[in-house]
Amino acid sequence: MKTETLKTIMGYVAGLIFGLGLAISGMTDPARVLGFLDVAGAWDPTLMFVLGGAVITNFIGYRLVLRRPNPVFGEHFQLPTRQDIDGRLIGGAALFGIGWGLSGYCPGPAFASIAGLSGPLLAMLVAMVAGWFLARAIPARG
Amino acid sequence: MDWIASLQGLIGGVLIGLSATWLMATLGRIAGISGIIGTLVTARPTGDSAWRLAFVLGLVSGPVVLLLAGGGLGNVAGAPGEVIGEPAGGVPLMLLAGLLVGLGTGLGSGCTSGHGVCGLSRLSVRSMVATATFLVAAIVTVFVVRHVIGGGA
Repeated sequence: MKTETLKTIMGYVAGLIFGLGLAISGMTDPARVLGFLDVAGAWDPTLMFVLGGAVITNFIGYRLVLRRPNPVFGEHFQLPTRQDIDGRLIGGAALFGIGWGLSGYCPGPAFASIAGLSGPLLAMLVAMVAGWFLARAIPARG
Repeated sequence: MDWIASLQGLIGGVLIGLSATWLMATLGRIAGISGIIGTLVTARPTGDSAWRLAFVLGLVSGPVVLLLAGGGLGNVAGAPGEVIGEPAGGVPLMLLAGLLVGLGTGLGSGCTSGHGVCGLSRLSVRSMVATATFLVAAIVTVFVVRHVIGGGA
């Protein structure tokens, strides 16, 4: 099989496991996410277990994987190298947090929920894509 | 506390972590959803799009597998047998929220998966700052919406 085909299959498998994880954990339910964020209400701890389970698993996973010289189907590991904390990072994260708090959707669960497509979800997805185009149009200052 | 819901959260979280490890092991890529999909739709990089599209298809098919299996493994609050929960508002609210999520993750180079799951696993300071920022912003937003504007509803 050609490497390109194998890469595509690996991408699908990664997405499938991610989607299964989001669905089993209940992150495809905005009410669970908002319940976690509502610290002054009837707090729902589920998201804490999701993020904790994911980070601990991946922390161990990355340590094992990154010992290799390169990925199985790629020439090198493509890891972010930037270290600077700038306004774009903090401002962007703040805007994202507001949108996340208004909807209970971050990008993964929003796209993973397409099988239950509704008017509001479609609006969320279309606006999110528009937001990505907008972010690209805003030049990074030196 | 709903221990079953928390246990499902933990199991789902482990799967998300395994997915991120898998993507790094096979393709050498960070499993950041806003980066994977955002780059796919805005830039369509030649020779670097097929795996992104396949990832999205996989992401969408995960919940479908659970639905086909009868929905019993879903974890929607207060709705056993459901896999995908209802949106928290109507079209106008979602348009605003979607724009903020797209713009914010685009400017901030990542979301809950890229900065949260992957960045924290790499002990990246940028990702720690981003994660703390969007968590605080989201908590404040929910507080304002539910307890200031909504009067504690």
